[in-house]
Amino acid sequence: MTMPGAGRRAPGTARENARAARRPALAVWKFASCDGCQLSLLSCEDELLALTGRVDIAYFLEASRAAVGGPYDVSLVEGSITTAHDAERIKRVRRASRFLVTIGACATAGGIQALRNFKNVKDFLQAVYAKPEYIDTLAASTPISAHVKVDFELQGCPINKAQLLEVLSAYLAGRPPGIRNHSVCVECKRRGTVCVMVAQGTPCLGPVTHAGCEAICPAYRRGCYGCYGPMESPNTASLSGRWRYLGVPEAAIARAYRTVNTNAEAFRKAAEALEARGAGGAGEAGPGGGESRAG
Amino acid sequence: MPVERRTIKVDALARVEGEGALYVRTSRGRVADVRLRIYEPPRFFEAFLRGRAFTEAPDITARICGICPVAYQMSACLAMEDACGTSVDGQLRALRRLLYCGEWIQSHALHVYMLHAPDFLGYPSIVEMARDHLAAVQRGLALKQTGNELMRLLGGREVHPINVRVGGFYRVPRPRELAGIAERLKRARDAALETVRWAAGFEFPEFEQPYEFVALRAARGPGQPAEYPIDGGRIVSSGGLDLGAAEYGDHFVEEQVPHSNALHSRLRARGAYLVGPLARYSLNFDALSPPAKEAAREAGLGPVCRNPFRSIVVRSVEIVYACDEALRLIGQYEAPERPFVEVVPRAATGHGCTEAPRGIPYHRYTIDAAGAISDARIVPPTSQNQAQIEDDLRGVVQRSLTLPDDRLTLRCEQAVRNYDPCISCATHFLTLHIDRG
Ligand code: SF4
Ligand code: SF4
Repeated sequence: MTMPGAGRRAPGTARENARAARRPALAVWKFASCDGCQLSLLSCEDELLALTGRVDIAYFLEASRAAVGGPYDVSLVEGSITTAHDAERIKRVRRASRFLVTIGACATAGGIQALRNFKNVKDFLQAVYAKPEYIDTLAASTPISAHVKVDFELQGCPINKAQLLEVLSAYLAGRPPGIRNHSVCVECKRRGTVCVMVAQGTPCLGPVTHAGCEAICPAYRRGCYGCYGPMESPNTASLSGRWRYLGVPEAAIARAYRTVNTNAEAFRKAAEALEARGAGGAGEAGPGGGESRAG
Repeated sequence: MPVERRTIKVDALARVEGEGALYVRTSRGRVADVRLRIYEPPRFFEAFLRGRAFTEAPDITARICGICPVAYQMSACLAMEDACGTSVDGQLRALRRLLYCGEWIQSHALHVYMLHAPDFLGYPSIVEMARDHLAAVQRGLALKQTGNELMRLLGGREVHPINVRVGGFYRVPRPRELAGIAERLKRARDAALETVRWAAGFEFPEFEQPYEFVALRAARGPGQPAEYPIDGGRIVSSGGLDLGAAEYGDHFVEEQVPHSNALHSRLRARGAYLVGPLARYSLNFDALSPPAKEAAREAGLGPVCRNPFRSIVVRSVEIVYACDEALRLIGQYEAPERPFVEVVPRAATGHGCTEAPRGIPYHRYTIDAAGAISDARIVPPTSQNQAQIEDDLRGVVQRSLTLPDDRLTLRCEQAVRNYDPCISCATHFLTLHIDRG
């Protein structure tokens, strides 16, 4: 990863001096998404006003009428690529940005829209639209990194706003973001939540899911459903075995990996492995439907 | 002499959650054509739901919109419970309503302060507005924070809450967990009253439309207090409709138009109709809390409001109501014995309709005996308002033809923003082209 702000410290060209003299410009871009990750930025109510004192929010369609042309110091990108037009637009965004950070599962892994990647999009079009020929869409929903170089990927559906502020401050200060790569389990331990899988027999994706949400679901006596996507090198085979032991049907385990991060490599492979074992039928229960067995 | 033709282009309509373009053509001083083009890429939620378990619908449909996820979760739950022949009431229903109040406060405060007010005060965004109106902006942010906090408390987080399930919740709060938020809600109610007075002082164009209002209305039994619609009710209209959710499909039809990815919904009998705050308010004024009614009166609103530009005042009145209602629900709260009721699947079709901040989303699902979804239909509020937005624009342009292009463009954008159109819902927003022939 290139270090943010690396060029700024060295006293250099007139252009660099000019850059140092102005406030850094931030842009927020939307592709196929639900707006939830952008809303996390708007939800930093107190921090937002402080932040606008430090950066120019130069392009943020959702919040402003005034748009400023690039270049931008940091571009935050929400959403996945699902049309040929967007596949071109992301290249223009990349050219106009020094650092490009993807925010959320859509931009980082293709998001929930990637459920189409494993199906026939023509059937989907016919299921929703009477005249599919009017609609412009690609067969797959792909992450931003499939199209351009990405400097940092922030996971989550939606992203955690404290993590977003950390990433922004890091880029503005010229240091690497302090986002750790452990599992949701570590966050459960930290907040003192009793393990729902051990204590209640509730199927949980926590052991393979990237931390960042602060382990919300288990704190509400629910199994994690993996909305932050896979952690680094997760042991999905062992977790799938655990779910099987808890009595979850094969097809339901596969489906649990196929939600908002269905196209993230580790989850996709875990689902495919289960499907190859001959899973069929809808089956019951997932981390959502999981009844608490201990009462 | 050649016919004079001017084209106005605004690269995108900001402060609307989404993307789209507006095309207006005039000919000999009359509006010939208005088309709102939505270019949010199509999203196939209804197709994704096929083959999933009925219990998965709340988490999947939440991802339709990050601004009103609770609306999707609740409508999906109601539809599934309807299919399974179960209903959720008592304190569990009260908690659903309370969570929904949080979403109303959050979403309305976002729209009133961050997306809509800058239009009236002449700023490109809340950031510039904050330089001159810091106290107002802080009030708006505090309101929004209170809504978020309520959602966090009951839902686990404000965007895509994790605590909602078919049948109720995973975990319900103890009464004392609600005590802290009650104090904040009292302050929020004062801020909301202040918001109504503030918004009422804006300048509104004289513009009224003969809308057919469509909203939910709670049953009013004898001795039952009237209830402003949030989490269910019958679908009623100012044109005389009075339906259960199951009859929705008999009266409303979705049409695909070539210029947009969003489906347009119409009343089979009469065409365009209006859902959202104006409709809800005008059909349920009697059910508002006394302080909300009083605030509306002081703001100069009658019991019916047909000026879409005044929707910012109506939204503010609804924030007052949502704070009042949340306080009432907290005041009578006792923790239910179980956080959810058992919902046993059976082969059936179920319907669900609730009041999202932008109007009614309608859900219909068919499930099999094992609970697998075989068919899903979701009609979001924005696609229901699509035809009405075009009607409003036709009227606005016709009345404002003498304005120079830049002012006319702004007026059109404002007319669209009156709807708080969450275009993400309807598929997403605005390049404006005006052809003056
Ligand atoms: S990652 Fe989730 S919250 Fe973020 S835009 Fe995508 S669907 Fe919305
Ligand atoms: S699903 Fe998992 S990652 Fe997402 S909020 Fe719940 S615990 Fe966190």
